[in-house]
Amino acid sequence: MRFVDEYRDSDKARALAGRIAALCEPGRTYKFMEVCGGHTHTIYKHGLEDYLPEAITLIHGPGCPVCVIPMGRVDDAIHLAGQPDVIMTSFGDMMRVPGGDGSFFDANAKGADIRMVYSPLDALRIARDNPAKHVIFMAIGFETTVPSTAMTALRARTEGIGNFSVFCNHVTIIPAIKAILDSPDLRLDGFIGPGHVSSVIGCAPYEFIARDYGKPLVVAGFEPLDILQSIYMILRQLAENRSEVENQYARVVPWEGNLKALDVINEVMEPRAYFEWRGLGFISHSALRMKNTYADLDAEHLFQVPGGRVADPKACQCGEVLKGVLKPWECKVFGTACTPETPIGTCMVSSEGACAAYYNFGRFTRSRVKEATVRHSTAQGVQP
Amino acid sequence: MTAIPEDADTTREAATREQQVLERIDRVRRRKARLREDHITLCHGAGGKASQTLIDAVFLDAFHNPHLDPLGDGAVVGDHAFTTDSYVVTPLFFPGGDIGDLAVNGTVNDLAMCGARPRHLSAGFILEEGFPIADLRRITASMAAAAHAADVQIITGDTKVVQRGKADGCYITTAGLGVFDHPVRPSAVAARPGDALIVSGPIGDHGITVMLARGELDIHADITSDTAPLAALTAALIDTCGTHLHTLRDATRGGVATVLNEICVAAGVAAVIDEDAVPVRPAVRGACELLGIDPLYVACEGRMVIAVAPDAAQAALAALHAHPLGHGAAVIGHLTEDPPGLVLLRTAFGGTRIADLLVGDPLPRIC
Repeated sequence: MRFVDEYRDSDKARALAGRIAALCEPGRTYKFMEVCGGHTHTIYKHGLEDYLPEAITLIHGPGCPVCVIPMGRVDDAIHLAGQPDVIMTSFGDMMRVPGGDGSFFDANAKGADIRMVYSPLDALRIARDNPAKHVIFMAIGFETTVPSTAMTALRARTEGIGNFSVFCNHVTIIPAIKAILDSPDLRLDGFIGPGHVSSVIGCAPYEFIARDYGKPLVVAGFEPLDILQSIYMILRQLAENRSEVENQYARVVPWEGNLKALDVINEVMEPRAYFEWRGLGFISHSALRMKNTYADLDAEHLFQVPGGRVADPKACQCGEVLKGVLKPWECKVFGTACTPETPIGTCMVSSEGACAAYYNFGRFTRSRVKEATVRHSTAQGVQP
Repeated sequence: MTAIPEDADTTREAATREQQVLERIDRVRRRKARLREDHITLCHGAGGKASQTLIDAVFLDAFHNPHLDPLGDGAVVGDHAFTTDSYVVTPLFFPGGDIGDLAVNGTVNDLAMCGARPRHLSAGFILEEGFPIADLRRITASMAAAAHAADVQIITGDTKVVQRGKADGCYITTAGLGVFDHPVRPSAVAARPGDALIVSGPIGDHGITVMLARGELDIHADITSDTAPLAALTAALIDTCGTHLHTLRDATRGGVATVLNEICVAAGVAAVIDEDAVPVRPAVRGACELLGIDPLYVACEGRMVIAVAPDAAQAALAALHAHPLGHGAAVIGHLTEDPPGLVLLRTAFGGTRIADLLVGDPLPRIC
């Protein structure tokens, strides 16, 4: 398939893996954080770690939109869905996220009307089709999904749709990366920068990471070869004693970002003073809300939102996993009390969450998987 | 003296700890799952882990008996196989078929997977007040045609009408009776290490067709459902392979990956699959890429997974290729002894991973 297969070529991967291994200083270990959950998903789905030398450890970062939503916001959404004549809508990934009192699926089983949509425009269509109801779109995601929410709000206004509003939970990536860099318990050697977020915000906002913290960051695409190449580019920077922001994903990400999308965001939304992140706590200026000029489309303005804070379950160590301090399997409840069917923490829900990715795809030591598959290939007469 | 990397010891320690954690998780997974929910959620119907838990905790708990307990596609009673299935698809009509085809083919296939020759079906209809008779005629015409194609007769039935809003147009339940005229009894527990794993054709056509036919995704592709009766194919396999044919499972809800997991758990074996070898049509692959869904988990209605002794694999493949419905059949991997209960995948990219059961329906990813 064009635009896919060329980025998954195993011959090219082997060649890159050789160059990566050659760049690793003997005796040195490297820790790179892939910030974005999409990268985590790619790494596990394609078994990319098989190509990396043992000296390189990939740390899964906080860029999973579902994972960082605190339980209180899930409860708020369920509360909104419980208001008379309200239809709540959100992305499919949100449906299973546990709040203090169950998930959206559970709320539906008890009579709420929470629907899965594929885009905010679908939510607007539901509003158009149900004039007697009020339709709320629970907006989540980093800068990647913000423009589509903002565009939908503009469309609602242009079309004069009065029974639609946004429950805004959009977050921004830079404050989260800064929080991680300032966290004392983590030593990172470089960052695999988010691709889709950067297609909106561009590469310049990351420059402080290279300048002030001396860490290389390479904005990367989402195919496995993209990620391997980014790792190679980070290693090359380290080998040459450079720390810069580089753009591996230039086929999608312009250095200056998408100015039109940024304009639309600035028209509709503004930074919140602070926002709670699951596991990371309150981070200032780390999220967006609807501007006062769009209060008529702001569910938080139209309805009473309890805004209660629900403490994460004691056993849950999502925060440590999101910061990359713990590997998913090092969490006390991983795989036993917390599984994809009974998630305690958000990292176990979304397919982009580090815990779910590790549980579904990686939950087995690589050596044993390799052993079994190599045995199989030999039996088949295929060169592994 | 060579310098030892400072992290070498901690890396080794971590690997040991990881191993311990994974073993603990394996033990937890072998325990009987507990049903935690107070209400039915959509996950309970998706064919993944939640469905299995519901079946174990509620239905097996209440009904358990030697015929039911193996949870095969149908029950084997003497020389007969008996099965039932309900059909609730939205939309009722989709490219390549409708709920009527599914209701006949699905039950025919459940019998065929037991190794039986399907003979008779029952059909129960739950109809919503206001449902167009013309649509009902269309559905029954499809059922008649499908029954004719599968060489079965619909010999008994039932009709109920419920108030508007109490059902979604038309639900159908069929039950089927099949006969054995040979000693072959394929089942999941009969799968053996070394067996070749075959799929009978390109996977995921049905699931993606229905998903696109709902019109919510604004994606258009030239794909039709794969709904088809598989009894002629299974009969050919039984003729060709005899008792070397170990397992037949149709890859419906949850797709090929779910069926493979069920086989591995039932037989205590591992599956090693080559992602490259799994046949997927380009249009299905494209839609799956766009939606962030893995075709291995997408439902088929006319495809099956076959485990056959290695010596008989080529003959089985030839028998499948000789039939129009098995034209795209391919060996996708093998069973092996270790690690029991797991499905391992060699990815097309050249890495390795496991392919576990999903919890619910595969959900499109956000970004």
